[in-house]
Amino acid sequence: MSTTDLGFPTRTGTDGVPALDADAPKQTGKEFTSDQEVRWCPGCGDYAVLKAVQSFLPDLGLRRENIAFVSGIGCSSRFPYYLDTYGMHSIHGRAPAIATGLATAREDLSVWVVTGDGDALSIGGNHLIHALRRNVNMTILLFNNRIYGLTKGQYSPTSEAGKVTKSTPMGSVDHPFNPISLALGAEGTFVARTIDSDRKHLTAVLSAAAAHRGTSLVEIYQNCPIFNDGAFDAIKDRDTKDEAIIPLVHGEAIRFGTPGEDGLGPKGLVRSASGGVEVVEVSDVDASDLLVHDAHADDPTTAFAISRLTDAGYLHRAPIGIFRSVERPTYDDQARAQVTLAQGERTGGRDERLSALIGGGDTWTVV
Amino acid sequence: MASAKQVKQLDRVIIRFAGDSGDGMQLTGDRFTSESASFGNDLSTLPNFPAEIRAPQGTLHGVSSFQVHFADHDILTPGDAPDVLVAMNPAALRANLGDLPKGATVIVDTHDFTARNLTKAGYTDNPLDGDDLAEYAVHTVDLTGMTVAAVKEFGLSRKDAARAKNMFALGLVSWMYGRPTEGTEEFLAKRFAKVPDIRDANITAFRTGWNFGETTEAFVVSYEVKPAPMAPGTYRNITGNLALAYGLVAAGVQSGLPVFLGSYPITPASDVLHELSKHKDLGVTTYQAEDEIAGVGAALGASFAGQLGVTTTSGPGLALKSETIGLAVMTELPLLVIDVQRGGPSTGLPTKTEQADLLQAMYGRNGESPVPVVAPQSPGDCFDAAIEAARIAITYRTPVLLLSDGMIANGSEPWRVPEVDDLPVIDPAFATGPNEGDAFMPYLRDAETLARPWAIPGTAGLEHRIGGLEKGDGHGNISYDPANHDFMVRTRQAKVDRVADSLPPLEVDDPTGQARVLVVGWGSTYGPIGAACRRVRRAGGHVAQVHLRHLNPFPKDLGEILGRYDRVLVPEMNLGQLSTLLRAKYLVDAIGYNHVRGLPLKAAELAEAIGELVSSVDGVELDLSGVGHVTRDHETSSKESATR
Repeated sequence: MSTTDLGFPTRTGTDGVPALDADAPKQTGKEFTSDQEVRWCPGCGDYAVLKAVQSFLPDLGLRRENIAFVSGIGCSSRFPYYLDTYGMHSIHGRAPAIATGLATAREDLSVWVVTGDGDALSIGGNHLIHALRRNVNMTILLFNNRIYGLTKGQYSPTSEAGKVTKSTPMGSVDHPFNPISLALGAEGTFVARTIDSDRKHLTAVLSAAAAHRGTSLVEIYQNCPIFNDGAFDAIKDRDTKDEAIIPLVHGEAIRFGTPGEDGLGPKGLVRSASGGVEVVEVSDVDASDLLVHDAHADDPTTAFAISRLTDAGYLHRAPIGIFRSVERPTYDDQARAQVTLAQGERTGGRDERLSALIGGGDTWTVV
Repeated sequence: MASAKQVKQLDRVIIRFAGDSGDGMQLTGDRFTSESASFGNDLSTLPNFPAEIRAPQGTLHGVSSFQVHFADHDILTPGDAPDVLVAMNPAALRANLGDLPKGATVIVDTHDFTARNLTKAGYTDNPLDGDDLAEYAVHTVDLTGMTVAAVKEFGLSRKDAARAKNMFALGLVSWMYGRPTEGTEEFLAKRFAKVPDIRDANITAFRTGWNFGETTEAFVVSYEVKPAPMAPGTYRNITGNLALAYGLVAAGVQSGLPVFLGSYPITPASDVLHELSKHKDLGVTTYQAEDEIAGVGAALGASFAGQLGVTTTSGPGLALKSETIGLAVMTELPLLVIDVQRGGPSTGLPTKTEQADLLQAMYGRNGESPVPVVAPQSPGDCFDAAIEAARIAITYRTPVLLLSDGMIANGSEPWRVPEVDDLPVIDPAFATGPNEGDAFMPYLRDAETLARPWAIPGTAGLEHRIGGLEKGDGHGNISYDPANHDFMVRTRQAKVDRVADSLPPLEVDDPTGQARVLVVGWGSTYGPIGAACRRVRRAGGHVAQVHLRHLNPFPKDLGEILGRYDRVLVPEMNLGQLSTLLRAKYLVDAIGYNHVRGLPLKAAELAEAIGELVSSVDGVELDLSGVGHVTRDHETSSKESATR
């Protein structure tokens, strides 16, 4: 066994996808809206994400027919029906696998996966981690509402322990996944978290995710008003969100809490003695000890440590932003490059080479 | 290397090489097969090995064997009972002796017949000393000892030196049957090019084995099996898995589509993945997925993208893929699902053959989920079956199941290499524009095939969404309308049924036209059934044979053919799956002949069963003794009716 360094140059996520002609009129969100009636519950966080995506997609400047959305099963997985692009509403948990085939087959497509916490982390957990490790060029939007909605209210793999639901009348005894920790553990190259109701932040993260070449995982905290209403109130409520959100901005010291006169939060992060990170009062430490967020660090250890600051129980506090964004060759680019390399060595047409192939080996002729 | 000894003519020989799983018996058999193929014999092979890579040495369950049947005439099976057994240790002797007819030749490597190894094999006394082998022509040879002595000059460790013993055995048997040796020497030179000591030791062992046969007084006779007459053309020896891989490559070329294989390693299908991964230059992408589900999922994603999506697996893997196959039924995308069947249920017998996935292929999905099913009948036929499966998948926009099995996959036969120009051309006919005024209706159907348009991403104006939810007729949007669901269920079935319109009439092999018994088979039982029918005919019986390539839909003339005969016998390596289908569809009283031993049906036993049926129907007595070997005049007629 040997390995080969294929040495790929850095490319963006949409390189190779045909763009609109320079003189073409700018697309609108309406062009990306299909004629199908949206059928989520009133007040569902999915509406906000759909609207944000519909208005963001024109910014990519790509030809609409070269965009494909693949989803699994669950409330959020109805997403592709509402976008006027190519789309496939597939089966439970398998969207990353199907999208891997699609993305590998076609460099000229911008491939998006829409999934939920049950779809991606329970039934589809295997495909999610393998897509992340392979780094297939696609953007995965993981709608996390911490509950099963479409099956009417069972706990999910991100539900807090002790949660009382239809299937756990005495409280769930399952320990939940932290999707960001999981994605970093799988060596995801782009891992981010955003919030359904913060259109500006959501759009900025989508933009960065689309620009990233490789698998971009975007966890979107999304409220289910029917079965888990208020799950993210702490980070949405005007009165509590400054204390609850730890904003991650590359190159800036990580600060949060109700801003003081300088506009900065009084709390910050420092490296802890145990090798993780911990929350401190900024006034208690030397400014140079404050952790400056480095999303491009090759080593995911610090990003992982930051992800652990997310409450596993009822959510009072969570880092929000891009945890990690690093370059690594993508599976699909390398797979296509091997095909191209092999084809470069060939002589003759496909017919001729087929003939040579099947007529190869030890042959004999009967006259 | 001409022999001065007596040379006897034989019409056919069955040799079984047996040893420990680490003894290189598969390679030995492979080489002997290649020698026989290049000599021009017809042949058929049966590799048989344990699922464990290196089972405990010297034990019965660690025995690996390779049987090769070669002849001066057209043959159909690897043979029921070996004429010659080469046993490399006590376990190999004990495990295989029961299959030998009286008078068979046994060549034994005596080196490992030590007290310890005899015990491991379950012998209390050394069988070479007593009367156990009295009914056989036994040659005891210290193959290992002579090998070690012969390769001494290369300075190998004793262990490495002894490992060349399989080449000594091959050399000896090659002398016995006058096989050409150049191919094997070239093979060894290439295989061990990087390790000259090992290369030279193997070549020396091979030559020494040959020379030993020629000079020793222990072997007084060598045998000649003349080349078999074959239709003009270029031939090669080919296994089913290799032919299948080539067929998939050819299907890509003939449809102009890149091939995308999504697969997860599983015995006995993995060789197809290995082979296809070598042919990227022909537009093949292979993806080794994290599991069976991802393998078929990625293949379906590639089909959505406009490539020829293929997944390869064996029975347990097919179970895992069923939900995705259902999605392909619903989204009506082309998809090839290859199931190289093995013994089941569950993990079953991974390295052994069986045909028990037919009903899984037919019905193993939720809902009304019809899928065309095709099956190759021999190793070389896998090539054509793969192209046919692709034709149906692409033309009808449907997943297609191809059922190979372990016997076909690992077995080999001479294969006449086809001309690429003669292969069918498959038109993917992608949708390029609106099909209903200015609108695009993704579920508007072709009137003849009922196929929907294949509109691939990147085609402007045809953006649409597909998925697992029920589709409205024509427009393809989600529909929960009861009447629409009923209509779509029936339409998907009707589309699969329409495949029958494109099938040629069945070929019934009924040489005398007087048969009242019809034998119906599918898949790898073609060989044993054909050989059994020949035996019955040689004994003067009348019997007809028809073999099904298409299991779903059945060819249109099958019902009429079944009705022409008084009795219908269905031999299968399962408990009666095809016969269940035939009974259900045609109300025919199909009689089952069923063995699930993990091994091919034995032609002699099957001939007895057919003979009994023919005797009772025709009121004649058939004597099937002595019909195992051919007589010239009978052979001519059956050769013409046989197809590869």
